[in-house]
Amino acid sequence: MIRFLRRSSSRNLFFGFLNQNLRYSESPVAVRFSGRQTEHHSRLLWPTCRFESTEAARHVDQLYLPNHDDQELDFPGGKVPFTNEMRFIAESTQKRVPCYRVLHENGNTLTSNNFTQLRKDVAIKMYKDMITLQTMDTIFYEAQRQGRISFYLTSSGEEAIAIASAAALLPDDVVLAQYREPGVLLWRGFTLQEFANQCFGNKDDHGKGRQMPIHYGSNHHNYFTISSPLGTQLPQAVGIAYSLKMDRKDACAVAYFGDGTTSEGDFHAALNLAAVLGAPVVFICRNNGWAISTSVQEQFRSDGVVVKGQGYGIRSIRIDGNDALAVYSAVRRARSMAVAEQMPILIEALTYRVGHHSTSDDSSKYRAIDEIEYWKMERNPVDRFAKWLYSNRWLSQEDESNHKTTVKKQLLQAIRNAEKTKKPPVSELFNDVYDHLPKNLEEQEEILRQTMKRYPQDYPSDVPL
Amino acid sequence: MASVLRRSQTVLNSLCRRQFSASPDGNLTTHGGKSMNLYSAINQALHIALETDPRAYVFGEDVGFGGVFRCTTGLADRYGKDRVFNTPLCEQGIVGFGIGLAAMGNRAIAEIQFADYIYPAFDQIVNEAAKFRYRSGNQFNCGGLTIRAPYGAVGHGGHYHSQSPEAFFCHVPGIKVVIPRSPYQAKGLLLSCIRDQNPVVFFEPKWLYRLAVEEVPEDDFMLPLSVAEVIREGSDITLVGWGAQLSVMEQACIDAEKEGISCELIDLRTLIPWDKETVEASVKKTGRLLISHEAPVTGGFGAEISASIVERCFLRLEAPVSRVCGLDTPFPLVFEPFYMPTKNKILDAIKATVKY
Repeated sequence: MIRFLRRSSSRNLFFGFLNQNLRYSESPVAVRFSGRQTEHHSRLLWPTCRFESTEAARHVDQLYLPNHDDQELDFPGGKVPFTNEMRFIAESTQKRVPCYRVLHENGNTLTSNNFTQLRKDVAIKMYKDMITLQTMDTIFYEAQRQGRISFYLTSSGEEAIAIASAAALLPDDVVLAQYREPGVLLWRGFTLQEFANQCFGNKDDHGKGRQMPIHYGSNHHNYFTISSPLGTQLPQAVGIAYSLKMDRKDACAVAYFGDGTTSEGDFHAALNLAAVLGAPVVFICRNNGWAISTSVQEQFRSDGVVVKGQGYGIRSIRIDGNDALAVYSAVRRARSMAVAEQMPILIEALTYRVGHHSTSDDSSKYRAIDEIEYWKMERNPVDRFAKWLYSNRWLSQEDESNHKTTVKKQLLQAIRNAEKTKKPPVSELFNDVYDHLPKNLEEQEEILRQTMKRYPQDYPSDVPL
Repeated sequence: MASVLRRSQTVLNSLCRRQFSASPDGNLTTHGGKSMNLYSAINQALHIALETDPRAYVFGEDVGFGGVFRCTTGLADRYGKDRVFNTPLCEQGIVGFGIGLAAMGNRAIAEIQFADYIYPAFDQIVNEAAKFRYRSGNQFNCGGLTIRAPYGAVGHGGHYHSQSPEAFFCHVPGIKVVIPRSPYQAKGLLLSCIRDQNPVVFFEPKWLYRLAVEEVPEDDFMLPLSVAEVIREGSDITLVGWGAQLSVMEQACIDAEKEGISCELIDLRTLIPWDKETVEASVKKTGRLLISHEAPVTGGFGAEISASIVERCFLRLEAPVSRVCGLDTPFPLVFEPFYMPTKNKILDAIKATVKY
């Protein structure tokens, strides 16, 4: 008993007390040892350390290791073989995990069969959406620079991941994005006007003007509303996936995040929980090399993100995130496996954040211009996909320039409309905190309205009363 | 070990002396139904929640075998391991998972084994659960989420099995915080929390799990949220509290009565959004207010009640608002009897306030 208490956590110490004083019906051993592998562990290993060379130790050894010739340790969770070699597992593999790709930079496919063939119409929509996304980024970025919206954040350099992964998913797959994946929403049909409404926080914004620009969300498109804290969406994705599993839906949850997020506790919580509960989640990490100014060398050791999957018992793959065909194929396969086998899958997509982190950032202060140029020019995901489309004769220069012109016009119109549209009324400040307005908020709304009447000049004129 | 046993035995004896009741006359409240303790009432509420809603789930650390406080006994056997299950030891994971589950239209009933261990989940509760509906413009909500956690002193819990963290959560618009005082209250309030359309943090007074016994109807019933209850009527001073502290406060009321002071005792039950009107009406009648909670006095929820009531009842107050609370120290093991807002501390404060 003393031995156990010394080895156990503070919580078990507490339960020990409870058992003695408050419990009568349960056997203390059964209670203490249920479901906690670490406790079994301490029971097995500790006696030999404490009672070395004593009669008690021999007795205990015989108790737990009945056959000294036995080649395996019968441990909770499965038998473990013995070895007489004292070998530490290396901190990292000797060779880095290779990166799956389908398309060469010149636009030719490298393999004839190890990828999912894309239908022409899907391929063309993918490309057009990539162009739309780029155009939207350019125009919204400029709008922020002109002071028309407060903040913006581009997807530059990462267009293929969002668009190609979205194309590979089914509409019922539930998306929990971070903030650099508006491409997924675009693919699913969120309109340019809807994007603009959110960035301007007007009355037609689904989020009722309550969050900073780029925090999109759409129930209609199975795309949960973005929140700024990193990684919080990941354990939530496991809960969503568990619900899909219980409802026997042909759908999975898809969670996007960056390399920086893999340092957050929620990332580890989510991977472990998903593996243990057999939750159909596809975790897609956009490893773009930089978390604001923190490079991956300062973020983690070993071989990046993909190797973490196995530690949690999750099937994982590293892919070229700038290769739309590789992204499409891998995500397609991942979601099929996740749904068919009811398990999580981890995808690490290598890419590069060509733009600044956001409009509040100047990345030239912490990274080499050459590095940015290399990724922009030589590893450009949109150019590479275009070359492939051209080589298939699925796209013409004319189509492309027509599309760019149309989208630009639509975007400028969307911004003009969004700007002209009124803000949500003041009542929306108080709604939706709870399902119903509680008394304290009723009271505060009343007081605020009286103050507004006395000092109208203190309040923005475009917010209706 | 022996000394530990002795100490625990002493504590147990002192626990047993802590008589529980919540009725005006100091006797056990009668509601009809079976006499049961608080953990059994919680267990019955969970059975009803799972029975009446096929989309209800119960999960957390060690809940599968019945839980370390036996609150989830028999649930997994009855409703299956898909609906009642253990999770890895990861509070942020449990709450994050619960948010996701609730967001898909389920009743997600998450257990955090001790309120002292809820802090890793603070971000999920504060930044996620509380803002889920608001930030999406009501496109999404996780109203089906209820987080249960045993809180408060227990006689031997030390720093990490005794805390009362309710005030942290009372500073967060978008969640509700509910604390029951007795088995009957626990069952009715928990069922309301589970079925409420907002995320709720439900703190259970673990001191009372076994000690508080009262008659609890077997049927499915709910008690209203955001409605305080006057559990003892009086005319000289209003006492406000919640959870396990009410039984201590009641003892003080009984002793004060012997000295001719008539105390009105209010169980706040829901801490946010709280029932200001009931407290206000009482203080307007008595002219005096005392608040008592186990959590440290500085920044405790008592401060909020005090400020609000002074705003509303300034001219009716005959004395400063009194707070009898935990000390501003970490929750101490051997010093627990010194730290606690005990009956005599309350009694002294009642007398001082009335004589002011």
